[in-house]
Amino acid sequence: MSIAYAALEQSRELPERVETFDPVSVSLDRLRMGAHARVLAVRGEGAIARRLMEMGVVPGAPVRVIKAAPLGDPLEVRVRNYHLALRRSEAQTISVVMNDK
Amino acid sequence: MSSTLESPPHAVSPARVVAEPEPRTLVVALAGNPNAGKTSIFNSLTGLRQKVANYPGVTVERKEGVWSLSPELPPARLVDLPGLYSLEAASIDEEIARDVITGRMEGMPAPDVIVAVVDATNLERNLYLVTQLLEAGRPVVIALSMVDLAERSKLEIDIERLGQLLGVRVVPVTAKQRRGLDELARAVLAAVGAPAPGAKWRLSPRAEEEVRRLYAAGAANREEALRDLYAEELPTDEERREAVERARERLSHADPQWWQEPLTARYRWIEQVTEGAVRGASRDERPGTTERIDRLVTHRFFGPVILLLVMGVVFQAIFSWATLPMDLIDRGFGALGEYTRAQMPAGLLTDLIVDGVIAGVGGVLVFLPQILLLFFFIALLEDSGYMSRAAFLMDRLMRGVGLHGKAFMPLLSSFACAIPGIMATRTIENPKDRLATILIAPFMSCSARLPVYTLMIAAFFTDRKLLGFISVGVLIILSMYLLGIVVAIVVAWILKHTILKSPPPPLVLELPPYRVPNFLNVAQTMRTRSWLFVKRAGTVILTISILLWALMTFPRSAAHPVPDAQEGGAVQAMRETGVEAKGKPAPETVKSTEGETIEGEQLQQSYAGRLGHVIEPVITPLGFDWKMGIGLIASFAARETIVSTLSIVYNVGKDADAQSPSLIEAVRNAKRPDGSPAWTPLVAVSMMVFFVLACQCMSTVAVVRRETNSWRWPLFMVAYMLVIAYAASFITYQGGRLLGLG
Repeated sequence: MSIAYAALEQSRELPERVETFDPVSVSLDRLRMGAHARVLAVRGEGAIARRLMEMGVVPGAPVRVIKAAPLGDPLEVRVRNYHLALRRSEAQTISVVMNDK
Repeated sequence: MSSTLESPPHAVSPARVVAEPEPRTLVVALAGNPNAGKTSIFNSLTGLRQKVANYPGVTVERKEGVWSLSPELPPARLVDLPGLYSLEAASIDEEIARDVITGRMEGMPAPDVIVAVVDATNLERNLYLVTQLLEAGRPVVIALSMVDLAERSKLEIDIERLGQLLGVRVVPVTAKQRRGLDELARAVLAAVGAPAPGAKWRLSPRAEEEVRRLYAAGAANREEALRDLYAEELPTDEERREAVERARERLSHADPQWWQEPLTARYRWIEQVTEGAVRGASRDERPGTTERIDRLVTHRFFGPVILLLVMGVVFQAIFSWATLPMDLIDRGFGALGEYTRAQMPAGLLTDLIVDGVIAGVGGVLVFLPQILLLFFFIALLEDSGYMSRAAFLMDRLMRGVGLHGKAFMPLLSSFACAIPGIMATRTIENPKDRLATILIAPFMSCSARLPVYTLMIAAFFTDRKLLGFISVGVLIILSMYLLGIVVAIVVAWILKHTILKSPPPPLVLELPPYRVPNFLNVAQTMRTRSWLFVKRAGTVILTISILLWALMTFPRSAAHPVPDAQEGGAVQAMRETGVEAKGKPAPETVKSTEGETIEGEQLQQSYAGRLGHVIEPVITPLGFDWKMGIGLIASFAARETIVSTLSIVYNVGKDADAQSPSLIEAVRNAKRPDGSPAWTPLVAVSMMVFFVLACQCMSTVAVVRRETNSWRWPLFMVAYMLVIAYAASFITYQGGRLLGLG
């Protein structure tokens, strides 16, 4: 955390600063398979967003999409050292930024 | 049971607890994430000294055991909370856990100590629940599980530092080798009465400022101010409510997602803790075994293939491996019944004991092998981590009908028997999704329907071939299975769009690392589940089977001499003359013995027989006559009883089975009053359709009653399935006649 997180904290207050941190912010369902990223924001409301955050999907958390189920949905996502299955519709509410590399 | 303590434990000094002349029973709650190894620790601590019941009013299992903390003290009550990720009360499980921890659960004092099971390989997410437990203000001890696995993946955890940072004792525990259990007991004893550590995390400066303001504006303490600010319901006090509303206003102005701050803040604190106490292995790499297994198990092509294979094995087991013990139980109870009958004087009491009680108990126990086997596999698949992969693979398909991926396994089990299937729906968290799954489970063609299919096919469709090589019988059985599935899909869709309307269930499902199943856990699951079945469903099944016996026994016809029976030699079967069936013999190809005729006579005289006549006008449009009506009535106890009932009605003896030539002959030759055959291929199909769709199984009804904790849903299930079955049979028979098939 730390540097990336501090940048995220600032980005929440000054949205234009996001660019200086990382130009690419996508929703989790659009993230390339295997790409390492960090959660920028959980945009959903209500029980599902809360559950996601309780499971560790909070701003700053490392995430990576491992694979999609045989029918394309749900997705297998790695977050904070464990694996989580999410529907695409839920992944859509999570915006992430790619780690620079 | 000794006295319970009403005041919170921090009000009691440890000295006082020890000084009490009769040391009271301590209550320890065991909390932890699913898959954290909680069950293994619970089983190791309590051994076999545990009991399972339900929490009042809900179907959440209440597991409690006895834990000897030290030889000097009376053993503590160890309450195993349901596995949970948070105390936020989104599901029933979480609500129960929160109520137990805060002492609001009736009949259970607040725990003296909470033991939090934390998976060392997945510290951050596991610690989230710990932050909430600390907030609850009770003493907490952490049992750190999976330490060996963490070491293997080069994760170095400084246990002492972790304890310091969290402010609680941390004890590494390996349940399988029973390592750390004594240390855990000592830590728990030391924590009794110790001041609760409380929450240590802090919100963002802006949010903290608002909390301070609310505190100044009249909240009792920081915790209350925090709760006021973020809880869903506002404080009732007007001044405080306005203060809270203003604070929220300011926060949401700066950040529309302001409500997320406590969740984010907890994780911020957790990250500080893990950064201070964990070294080694990069935090984003997991030991590769699970991922390598998953490359195959959730593979685009091999995943579904493996799933099919696994299902095939489970199916095979329940379908065929269970038949041997089931036959043994069946025969055992048959023999016991005969023995009892031989030992006791003939009469009503003997009949009640043999045909009511012994047959009823046998009817319950005969399901045990299937239930044990199914729960063996379910526990195995769950403990190993495969079950969530199955849900992952099937979720897209299941969502199509509005169900959860987790509904797949229970539905599949229901093809063997709906009872274990319905019991297996407990893994589905959302009550509406679970109910929808329960309500459609009996449409899956279970093994009890097979005797009915077998008899109908044997009587009317043997040796018929389509295009010369496709057996019509097999084709019909297949279409019956398909019919059940299609109707289940349609009903699920309708239920989920009407009375059980709820947004499509979210899927936020952990895919835990694969682990070698713990056989003690598996055995415990099998033991407790099957005992629950025997105890709860058993009483209902027994009652209904005695009731059915009475319906088929009273009023007695023994007072009437059985006509013709005494006239020696040629005893003939009943002629089908409708209501006045009694004693008008007619030539029949099937010869019956005297006893069988008396049995048939008795049945026709009985209330069940009369009911058969009463319902005849209703079932005539389906192609059924009153004798089949008796069979239908009896089959509401259990589907397969129609075979033995028909055998009695047709005077071929109740021990005939679906393949007995005498029964098949009797069915083929049965006549209506006008002399036309009672059964035709169309009637047989109509009968099978009815059996696919009607809920004729008192065990299922009993289990649904137990799982939903009310009579409302089982009765609804019986009613709506009956309507569907009737309509489908009606369409089959009348449609078939219109097409000239009758």
